[in-house]
Amino acid sequence: MDATLPLLILVIPLAMFLLLGLFGNKMSHPLAGTLGTLGMGTTLVLAYTVAFTYFFSGDPTFIAENGDRLQHVVFNQTWLAFTQNLVIKLGFLLDPISAMMLVVITTISFMVHLYSMGYMRDHHGVYEHGFQRFYAFLSLFSFSMLGLVVATNIFQMYIFWELVGASSYLLIGFYYTKPSAVSASKKAFIVTRFADLGFLIGILVLSFYTQTFNFVEFTSAPVEGLLDTYQVNIATSEGIRNIFASAQASTFMGASVLTWALVLIFMGGMGKSAMMPLHIWLPDAMEGPTPVSALIHAATMVVAGVYLVARLFPLYLMETAALDIITVVGAVTALYAAMVACAQIDIKRVLAFSTISQIAFMMVSLGVARPDFHEGLGYMASMFHLFTHAMFKALLFLGAGALIHAIGSNDYTEMHGLRKHMPITHWTFLIGCLAIAGIIPFSGFFSKDEILSSCLGNSTFVYIWMSAVAALTAFYMFRLYYLIFWWKEHETPAGHHAPHDQPWTMSLPLIILAAISCVAGFIPFGNFVSWNGEPYDFMAHFDWSVAAVSLCVAILAIVLATVMYRKENPLPAKFKNAMPALWRWCHHRFYWDELYMFITHKIIFGLICKPIAWFDRHIIDGSMDAMATVTNKASEGIKPLQSGQIQFYVWIYLIGALLLGGITAICLM
Amino acid sequence: MEITAIFYLLPALLMFCAGVYGFITRKNMIAILISLELMLNAVDVFFVVFNRYLHPGQLEGMFFTLFAIAIAAAETALAIAIIINIFRATKNVDVRGLNEMKF
Amino acid sequence: MESVGSIIIYVILALALVVCSIMAVTTRKILRAATYLLFTLFAAAGIYFQLDYEFLGAVQIAVYAGGIVVLFVFSILLTSKPGDNSEALSSKSRVTGLVAALAMLAVTGAALLSRCELFLARPEMQNPDMKLLGSVLMGTGEGEYLLPFEAVSVLLLACIIGGVVIARRR
Repeated sequence: MDATLPLLILVIPLAMFLLLGLFGNKMSHPLAGTLGTLGMGTTLVLAYTVAFTYFFSGDPTFIAENGDRLQHVVFNQTWLAFTQNLVIKLGFLLDPISAMMLVVITTISFMVHLYSMGYMRDHHGVYEHGFQRFYAFLSLFSFSMLGLVVATNIFQMYIFWELVGASSYLLIGFYYTKPSAVSASKKAFIVTRFADLGFLIGILVLSFYTQTFNFVEFTSAPVEGLLDTYQVNIATSEGIRNIFASAQASTFMGASVLTWALVLIFMGGMGKSAMMPLHIWLPDAMEGPTPVSALIHAATMVVAGVYLVARLFPLYLMETAALDIITVVGAVTALYAAMVACAQIDIKRVLAFSTISQIAFMMVSLGVARPDFHEGLGYMASMFHLFTHAMFKALLFLGAGALIHAIGSNDYTEMHGLRKHMPITHWTFLIGCLAIAGIIPFSGFFSKDEILSSCLGNSTFVYIWMSAVAALTAFYMFRLYYLIFWWKEHETPAGHHAPHDQPWTMSLPLIILAAISCVAGFIPFGNFVSWNGEPYDFMAHFDWSVAAVSLCVAILAIVLATVMYRKENPLPAKFKNAMPALWRWCHHRFYWDELYMFITHKIIFGLICKPIAWFDRHIIDGSMDAMATVTNKASEGIKPLQSGQIQFYVWIYLIGALLLGGITAICLM
Repeated sequence: MEITAIFYLLPALLMFCAGVYGFITRKNMIAILISLELMLNAVDVFFVVFNRYLHPGQLEGMFFTLFAIAIAAAETALAIAIIINIFRATKNVDVRGLNEMKF
Repeated sequence: MESVGSIIIYVILALALVVCSIMAVTTRKILRAATYLLFTLFAAAGIYFQLDYEFLGAVQIAVYAGGIVVLFVFSILLTSKPGDNSEALSSKSRVTGLVAALAMLAVTGAALLSRCELFLARPEMQNPDMKLLGSVLMGTGEGEYLLPFEAVSVLLLACIIGGVVIARRR
């Protein structure tokens, strides 16, 4: 297999973006939508072919001499050759996780393309303004995201990283006439930009010390070295380890430079993956169209941070301090987001906080992964959860989109009792809820269970903490489910049609994703993805005690939610009144936005910017103005000397000459 | 009574000062030019007197005056051509009115 | 000792020179100013004659009185109506002019009066004849003036062309 097929995966969405972006306005709406969807469909087929070839076929490109599957397959093209050491390449890296991501991205993206054909038009079949632009942006996003996951070096990844940020910005602000959407897009851009600053510094530090950008060199070297550290009997390759020796030897403020670089890089991942305290943009990003939320802000772009850490995972293993930081950040974020999700009214906000919480799960899983426990189970679990979560969270978002489309509001208070009106949405949504709650045999059960086992292998405290978060997850998801579909009978406002299921373009993606969510748990994921490339059969090591505990906890939470929310009753209000402070804090997301507003407006603007602005306006500008004024006044003062009247000049000249003559005469006397 | 050099020089000096006064005070360009001619002529007289009294055998002062007269003629002709041109454009020979190119 | 006749002539010439030059710059009728200038030039020519430079006096009358003043009169007639009075001088400009003129007079007069050689009697001098003047004007040796002569001739040519170009109606 040569590089043509992988290259096409990137080229087709880009071409679609250019085509729809440049000529979209000349096309009819259905043509633009169909073109975009077909382009994505082709990409989907290509990505599946590449992934299938990589994992299953005996294609010689992917097989090493000893018959094993190659861990990394790289198609590279030199792009910028600055010096002998500083060469930046563009290319296509195929390894287990990038192949997995290709599948995830193209699947979700195709579903969203298809779904948007129905979603982006109103009940009378009229297409929304900017429909073609929407598809152009979707293609741009797909291109950027695919480019991100197949990046062969960290620099290329950074480029596409920014591109996904830009396309996310464009899509959040899709309804650019709505002030809230505009400010949400700005917020997302600024917060992630801020995080990317750390990412960039991390890249520069890391590359400066290691003299390379390439992932293959980053990751294969530590793998060799770590095998030694963890008493795995494979000979150490001293030469390869040396490139990290200088980064580990140099220290800065008590930590090695490598740790600093890794933490800074993780900061970029925190921004994209909405970890605390950089999570504030994601809930607001729900201002974008719902398919966009499903694609970008639930399934693909927000897991870029997890992907980044996974990509550099062997490097992180060398500095476990960085991994501990990731664990702490992830655990705190997971609990925080789960608590906030319990007190939100907007269904998309609930899902957004659920997304934050689930991504935090993946982060924790990476943070607790160590090769000496079940051969790095956490890494595999994280990737597995990424995969399953992408499917069921996209399903939930698309279901929420169907509800919003039918009701015309984001509040569950206007929904209630929709199960009979929208059966397809109801059943698929239920499957999504079961999957995320971790009920056997849905996909979330398996991935979450692995994460919890991995936590247990690292620390009991983290295990209990994350189990509590898992219980909360089940609770808030079923709270949402019951409040949408049960609670009380639906009352259609006067003059409206009763809500009903959506056209096939919207229902089909729901059904497909629901089907995937049902069966994905049985994929022997460990055979494909593991941190060192060794196949790992997790079913063989399945920890039934952990599974039983998590299952019981989840079922308890669901029962609680059922009792509280199945039928209209005063229990929720009682709970709310029993703990008013807690409810208020959760409802206001622990006042994080207010804190940011306080910090930026009061402290940064008030204490730093205003004095600087004052200084600039009065001292800098003032001195310039003073110079100008003095010059002006002086010129006004001496302007009469240049009157242009020759007689005046002669007079001055004559008086001057006579004075000189007189003085000379006096001196000579 | 002997007519010494100073007897010629003082009237020429007065003539020169009259030229200065006229040059500075008059507003008509032709009057200014007339004042200029007065000054020029006063200097001519100075040259001639110095030559006659201080270096009687030589001709430098005289020739200087001769050339000065020729140059004065050229200068006057050109100046008057310019003045007439200006007058044609602005219907004015007052120097105070000719400030349109200023600043 | 001068003859009485020459003293009388001197007094007349000096008076004419001073009075006419002052009148030329103070009169408010521009045509009269030109006329006074003419008289001043005649007086200067008279002084040249009295100082034995007949050729110079002749040139003065021919070029100045005959050429330049005629040009002045022409241009005055072209640019102003007969009988026009120039506006009265403001006291400020009069004071400015007087200050300059009197300062000039004071400084230069003091300088002149402080030089005792200016009080000597007039030495005898052979009246330069035309032949001498011609050879000096055309000679190339020391104290001879061919180069300035040619330069002035070029200047005059340029002046003729310039005058034509500037004054020509476009």
